[in-house]
Amino acid sequence: MALVLTEDETMLVDSVRGLLDREAPLSAFRALRDSGEALAYDASLLARLADNGLVAPQVAEADGGVGLGAAAAGLIMEQAGHVLAAAPLLSAAISATLIGGAASQGQRAELLGPIVRGERVVAPALDEVSRHDPDRLQTTAIKDGDGWSISGAKTAVIDGFEADAYVVSADCEGSPGLFLVEGGAQGLSVERVQTVDSRNYARLEFASTAAIRLGEGDAAKAIEAGLDMGRALLAAEMLGIADEAFDRTVAYLKERKQFDRIIGSFQALQHRAARLYARLDLARGVVLKALRALDEGHQDATWLASLSKGVMTRLCRDVLIEAMQMHGGIGVTDEYDVGLFVKRGQAAGELLGDDHFQTERLASGHWGL
Amino acid sequence: MAAAALQELDSFRQDVRGWLEENCPPGARNIVRGLDTAFWGGRNPDYPSDDHKIWFERMAARGWTVPAWPKEYGGGGLDRMQARILKQELARINAVEPLSSLGIMMLGPALLKFGTEEQKLEHLPRIARGEIRWAQGYSEPGAGSDLASLQTKGEDKGDHFLVNGQKIWTTYGHKADMIFALVRTEPEASKHQGISFLLIDMDQPGVNARPIKMISGNEHFSETFFDDAVVPMANVVSERGKGWDVAKYLLTFERSMMGESIGGGQGESLADQALALVGKDGLAREPGLRREVAETMNESWMIQIAAERMFDQGKAGTLSPFTPSILKLQGTELATRRTRVIMSLGGFDELGADTSSAYEWLQAPPNCIAGGSSEVQLNIISKRALELPEHK
Repeated sequence: MALVLTEDETMLVDSVRGLLDREAPLSAFRALRDSGEALAYDASLLARLADNGLVAPQVAEADGGVGLGAAAAGLIMEQAGHVLAAAPLLSAAISATLIGGAASQGQRAELLGPIVRGERVVAPALDEVSRHDPDRLQTTAIKDGDGWSISGAKTAVIDGFEADAYVVSADCEGSPGLFLVEGGAQGLSVERVQTVDSRNYARLEFASTAAIRLGEGDAAKAIEAGLDMGRALLAAEMLGIADEAFDRTVAYLKERKQFDRIIGSFQALQHRAARLYARLDLARGVVLKALRALDEGHQDATWLASLSKGVMTRLCRDVLIEAMQMHGGIGVTDEYDVGLFVKRGQAAGELLGDDHFQTERLASGHWGL
Repeated sequence: MAAAALQELDSFRQDVRGWLEENCPPGARNIVRGLDTAFWGGRNPDYPSDDHKIWFERMAARGWTVPAWPKEYGGGGLDRMQARILKQELARINAVEPLSSLGIMMLGPALLKFGTEEQKLEHLPRIARGEIRWAQGYSEPGAGSDLASLQTKGEDKGDHFLVNGQKIWTTYGHKADMIFALVRTEPEASKHQGISFLLIDMDQPGVNARPIKMISGNEHFSETFFDDAVVPMANVVSERGKGWDVAKYLLTFERSMMGESIGGGQGESLADQALALVGKDGLAREPGLRREVAETMNESWMIQIAAERMFDQGKAGTLSPFTPSILKLQGTELATRRTRVIMSLGGFDELGADTSSAYEWLQAPPNCIAGGSSEVQLNIISKRALELPEHK
């Protein structure tokens, strides 16, 4: 499909932006952060988004979804990035992809509808070490009567605190499997992790925890699909974050006066801003290309997901460093909003692999180096 | 797209493929691009090979030297999709460009947009048939990045201008038959409003060109001197004093092309070259070098995606006027890095004065200067796209 938005997609973007501006402005995220509330998302916002078909919108209609594809999911995440919408959209999309890739038809029918309708928060639990390394899989699953039993630990579980259930990867006699663990299961302990970016993360420990296996056999492909989706969506979220921070910075360059001049008239600042603008324009194409490739089942989709994630990790970081620097002192205060983007940008960059990780993955996997 | 339209395009592709198989001679395929592999046409044509001559003549007969131009001007009359298919099919058999021409790349689009019917009928078919080789005369010794300060003068003599002054970086000026040039014809008007776009025959005593040898050894550019050169009034493209608009329009073509072809092209071969020159083990011993190769590959891929997006945006009518500047900036800078990485990979052997790596490496930096330097592109983005205020 063409690397331009369709009319439907443009309408989707406009309506999501309108909804988020009304119901989840950045001030709402800040207020939730400052409230001391342990649950770092807004359940009523999740319900509103679900009412509008915006939660895991890529789930096929046959599976109880709206069937809008990865591109729509990405455009929604991008808009969510502009306001740091406090809703578990990322976990919903990744978990739905994992379930969609691994589960039996009956399981899909049972599990996906409630995610799409915002009735259940299902968090993906894939990582086991602090720095993303999906090949590291030491959590194990063993057969236990009719079901399965899981032991091990997971970290960096996105939207993981007080989730209704978890999709957990575990080693199953030498090959990876995916399992569903209920939030209240015996032998599961959930530790809330408070991070700089105030997203709702958790660490999990499993001690012979009861689990349901999703589908049968090797789930490596489903896990890769989940990682691809997650990486492409994080890239889209970072694009929204970087765009927002950049626009705010350019606006500030046009109003701030020093030396009796608008500082945006200094060429030293103009050229730095212009370079970021050029990089953002290129990155916008890459993010859309990756989402389209996922929808089309393109042979390079997995590499494009890594490319978009790596590119946006670095660019988002560079934009935010410049945003702080060009705002001067006010940009590095807690009261000013730039810092909120700085922190989320950093966290989103590290989740599911930063720029170094993605470059290495492309170097060995795609470029054959 | 409707099924019928898709089917039509598919049958067009089959026809094109069949025709190319029959008509593109072996000597016009798989040519390693270099100094003397292009055919530039002109009053004194110099064909690189007999096969190239056959190939050029067959393509010109179909109007496929300029596939998307209207048939009445010597073109192939293809629509955007058909032209793209032809391009893909030519790439598939790795056919050499039948005719390389600034007339096709630069002057043609300007005449199609700004030319009178007489100018179109006079010049476009000759460009399509490669009869006239054109040069571009923009920069002057004192007017580089500040192009609009140019001083070459055209004095109004009733039915003609008398042109005096000097141009520099005239692409192939010493080999061209005619030159399209920016000339100050309205001395009373402001800087940007005093310039006209003139078509000047170089085959006259008042025009002399002398090649400039570049650090790569090539002599693509020249200095061109105008000493009472005569230019008929009918050779003004667009109106007098409106030459700056024509030039700006043309520069967007040049920039898109430079960014797209220089930045995205050849990227695929870098990983292969790295493996051939250093090998997997060698790269593993030098993680920094391996990483630079990978990142350069990633960036080339990004430029290819940007070019694909530019095409789609053009088709959808949503192309930003700043895209050419963005592509030019990033494409030419990437090419400079990429060619330098190849030098690093090759080591001492690539320093040989006659290697193509050294030639490409020394060819890359000029492209960050030509067609509006990187800094000029950044000014355009700052002032027009970001609307940041002027320094006062």
